[in-house]
Amino acid sequence: MSDDYQPDHEFGFHTRAVHAGARPEPTTGARAVPIYQTSSYVFEDPESAAAYFNLQEYGNTYSRIMNPTVAALEERLANLEGGIGAVAFASGLAAQSSALFTMLVPGDHMVASAALYGGTVTQLKHLARKLSVDLTFVDPDVPADWARAVRDETRLLFAETIGNPGGNVLDIEAVAAIAHDAAVPLLVDNTFATPYLCRPMEWGADIVVHSVTKFIGGHGTSIGGAVVDSGEFDWSNGKFAIVADPSPAYHGLAFHETFGSYGYLMKLRAETLRDLGGAMSPLNAFLFMQGLETLPLRMERHVSNAMTVAQWLSERDDVAGVRHPGLPDSPYAPLTAKYLPKGAGAVFCFDLDRGREAGQDFIRGVRLFSHLANVGDAKSLIIHPASTTHRQLGDDELAAAGIGPGTIRLSIGIEDPQDLIWDLEQGFARMHGNGS
Amino acid sequence: MTDLSPYQDPEVIQRVLHQARTVAIVGLSSNVLRASNFVGFYAARHGYRVIPVNPREEEVLGERSYPSLSDIPEPVDLVDVFRAPDAVPGIAREAVAVGARALWLQFGVISPEGVEIATAGGLDVVMDRCFKIEHARYIGRMHVLGFDTGVISARREAH
Ligand SMILES: Cc1ncc(COP(=O)(O)O)c(C=O)c1O
Repeated sequence: MSDDYQPDHEFGFHTRAVHAGARPEPTTGARAVPIYQTSSYVFEDPESAAAYFNLQEYGNTYSRIMNPTVAALEERLANLEGGIGAVAFASGLAAQSSALFTMLVPGDHMVASAALYGGTVTQLKHLARKLSVDLTFVDPDVPADWARAVRDETRLLFAETIGNPGGNVLDIEAVAAIAHDAAVPLLVDNTFATPYLCRPMEWGADIVVHSVTKFIGGHGTSIGGAVVDSGEFDWSNGKFAIVADPSPAYHGLAFHETFGSYGYLMKLRAETLRDLGGAMSPLNAFLFMQGLETLPLRMERHVSNAMTVAQWLSERDDVAGVRHPGLPDSPYAPLTAKYLPKGAGAVFCFDLDRGREAGQDFIRGVRLFSHLANVGDAKSLIIHPASTTHRQLGDDELAAAGIGPGTIRLSIGIEDPQDLIWDLEQGFARMHGNGS
Repeated sequence: MTDLSPYQDPEVIQRVLHQARTVAIVGLSSNVLRASNFVGFYAARHGYRVIPVNPREEEVLGERSYPSLSDIPEPVDLVDVFRAPDAVPGIAREAVAVGARALWLQFGVISPEGVEIATAGGLDVVMDRCFKIEHARYIGRMHVLGFDTGVISARREAH
């Protein structure tokens, strides 16, 4: 074998988390991925410029559409998820809306889990109305409900690996089979599990979306998102003329025919990102790369801390329930064993045995947990969903999403677990009226 | 189903990419929106001599098109095929006859019989892979569009 050839070796997850997408920069030898803080790129000659714009050659044109620092993050994410490529966006919600916009036309229908992140529920409803697309929410735990909701116009199924904030674990294989029976893709938001805990594509998901704002970054410094494609879905099956047919938005190019399994990602980048413009900045991509390097190490600590705290909470009399899918008595225990053997994430809810006031008192009592609307930070976070993230939802939708007036959501960080338990004790003391 | 992995071996793919100079593209279309045209354009841009083989074309990408491999008046290193699988055995026989060193079958062009003929004739065979993508993965710049190359290396490349 020539010494220059890339050997046929399967690298492990930890190695790929540090190396994928980040070869040394050939001009300077820089070992870190440089921050290419540039809006645009000088073309070698008019022929090259034309080839880039025609998508005949892989090259940089303008940072709304591609950027080398962002591309390094995209390649690493795609590699870790087991996809063929990725497109990064300015936020998780920009990634989701762009993924959907690329494959939907008016008159289509989508089926989504009712137990999604509140912001996603709002986005799907709003997007459906604006695109004249029908939307059905289903109980994600019942595969038969997914199957029943599918109709001729259905073009996609959407769910989260671990629901927020109910902790529902998706039976990915079953729901993917329902999607494929209907010849439509399954899109999975894998933000809560990260590719370290679960890789939905290995179970049949076609497209994975992320809010990289969360565990992928881990530092809570930046907002970002990504769409990863398995390359397995057949866009030329007759249901997706919008992806398969010659595109008037790209001088008649038929993305799926010309680029094969890369066609959807090409269209997502060259049309949707170009036209809707929600690009990730190079600096943010750099920060997310730093986060990804330690993802496996952090996730191990996140999940073990979360289990310790969940177990401690579940033994308390003033807690009505702990909805951590890793607890042995969780209704999701069998699905957790199958899909999340390394741990069921670090975001979960518990229910105080009293109402809204108690929830707010509890939050007043803690001092190490940060009271804010985010998850997946290295720092532990706390929120009372009924009065914050989910306040836009009506009572029925709240119940469907599994939230009660005394529900508290925790995102467990990587601190010392005994300090987290100590802090939560302050919350309980405050709730019982003897806190500081 | 045929086990494709022997014909998607990274080492063979890289050897073929590095050793080929003259590439005959069977089924190369002059329609600039067809995949074959993208591949031919790309190969020519990256220094390969591209020879179109297509009885329905006179000239593609500025090169004279030949009706068949046997009509090409110069040596061919690699035969890249954009044709239906049932055309492959005949193409493989011709590829052996003209002394090509490798046969490359594009996405979906799966022909166990063609592979057998080419292998028996001593050719390297790559199947159900795209020449442009594999070049872009190992030598070109596929990573600039966020595609996973699978390449992991801490070595500094010449540029
Ligand atoms: C599960 C999940 N998906 C998507 C999002 C949206 O991501 P972003 O805030 O990066 O737009 C969030 C954010 O809270 C989330 O928790």
